[in-house]
Amino acid sequence: MTAKIALTNVHKSFGPKDVLRGINLKVETGQSLVVIGGSGSGKSVMLKSILGLLTPDSGSIKIDSCETVGLARHGRADIDHQIGMLFQNGALFDSLPVWKNVAFRAIQNDGMNEADARDLAVDALKRVELGAELLDLSPAALSGGMHKRVGLARAIASKPEIIFFDEPTTGLDPIMTDVINHLIRNCVQELGATTVTITHDMTSVRAISDKTALLYKGEIIWQGTTDELEGSDDPFLNQFINGLAHGPIEVEGQKLASAPSPAEAV
Amino acid sequence: MTFLATIGAFFLAFFAQSGRLAVFVGQTLAAMLRPPIYFRIIGQQIIRIGYFSLPVVALTSFFTGGALAIQIYYGGNQFNSEAIVSSIVALGITRELGPVLGGLMVAGRVSAAIAAEIGTMRVTEQIDALTTLSTNPHKYLVAPRVIAATICMPVLALVADIIGIFGGFVVGTQSFGFNAAIYVQRTINFLGVDDVTSGLIKAAVFGFIIAMMGCYNGYYSKGGAQGVGRATTNAVVSASILILAANYLMTSLLFSA
Repeated sequence: MTAKIALTNVHKSFGPKDVLRGINLKVETGQSLVVIGGSGSGKSVMLKSILGLLTPDSGSIKIDSCETVGLARHGRADIDHQIGMLFQNGALFDSLPVWKNVAFRAIQNDGMNEADARDLAVDALKRVELGAELLDLSPAALSGGMHKRVGLARAIASKPEIIFFDEPTTGLDPIMTDVINHLIRNCVQELGATTVTITHDMTSVRAISDKTALLYKGEIIWQGTTDELEGSDDPFLNQFINGLAHGPIEVEGQKLASAPSPAEAV
Repeated sequence: MTFLATIGAFFLAFFAQSGRLAVFVGQTLAAMLRPPIYFRIIGQQIIRIGYFSLPVVALTSFFTGGALAIQIYYGGNQFNSEAIVSSIVALGITRELGPVLGGLMVAGRVSAAIAAEIGTMRVTEQIDALTTLSTNPHKYLVAPRVIAATICMPVLALVADIIGIFGGFVVGTQSFGFNAAIYVQRTINFLGVDDVTSGLIKAAVFGFIIAMMGCYNGYYSKGGAQGVGRATTNAVVSASILILAANYLMTSLLFSA
């Protein structure tokens, strides 16, 4: 299989803080990669670098074999058109009703007329098991779970080839978490899309991943399939997936145990 | 050494901020000139910035015109020159007070609103979402607001001129017993087209500054609700200072020629 997304030796710093320290990662076409890691490990920075919202200091990020680092926004228009993104809190536009949010790209970029855009929104909402009665509501009138589902509808409305999910189940109750995981799985299978999800929710990892990577202090310190995840004896991975306070991973900057560096541990 | 480092850090921050603002203005001008131009959003912003600012601008200019008439009357009284009230009120309002006070009032209202709106969009990742949906935030968010404010401010200044002169007229005729017809005649005779147009040109520049400061501070806000609050304050303060500075520069240019 060819790599749909390939990161090679990606570095990114903010002032003296090295957030990404040589990320190497490949996502095959049609694969569902989940990147796990604690708060501040660099997950969001990595995702924003792939999306072109941040520019890496060095390294290469290729999408469909096309180098994206250093490309101006208009230069990556073709790439952006095949990408969908679900933001952590939905990031729905407050000033627009639900249907205009869902069909935003079609209206703004493809010049779709209102009737067709509403039909597109109805179809996308149906895929995330929401009804047409939401079409004219403001995002402010939606619950947290609905926000996420409308955000998911917007991400898949244009039938993208690549979809990114930024902590899709954070802040949701367990039932809604399960609903969102199923919706993600179903939508991705229907579209045949390549996906990258960042999360620290192990329920999501088990529900939606083909491949998992553990990010710690700006480095990928473990990667493997979901089956390998459960059977791994990697101390970092075991601490993370079992949610243990004590282990090699530093918790919020405080070293709870004598920890080897990520490079030493793998 | 710490003292020198503090001075150095201040100047570095100042130049970094100035450079970022210059790039932001350049990107906005490019977005204003290149298609697509979002006419519907410009229309919505004209309503929000222009129409809804009318009451505050009208009230401000009415009372300013009235106060100006009182000051000129009692000032002129010392030299038996009370008759100049109508002409000086007209000049003062059209050249300076209409556009400047209108600009400051709109800066307080509109700059803050724009910074809060765009700042909230920034911290809730809506601006990132726009970018990932292949929409240029400068075109979609910034350019329509700047175009709308630049169009609206001269209209608001014209309204301020008329109502401000009317405020002076009311005080002059009701409190000081000026003859209404003579007051109006003197106003018309003394006021030139250049007096009005110079004020309108200033107002257009103030509109550009007001929207630009609101957008710039909102666009680069960070740090959640506190960051949005800071952006809002900075937008109003920077817009107000720039309006006064630009007013001085334009007055020098327009009236020294």
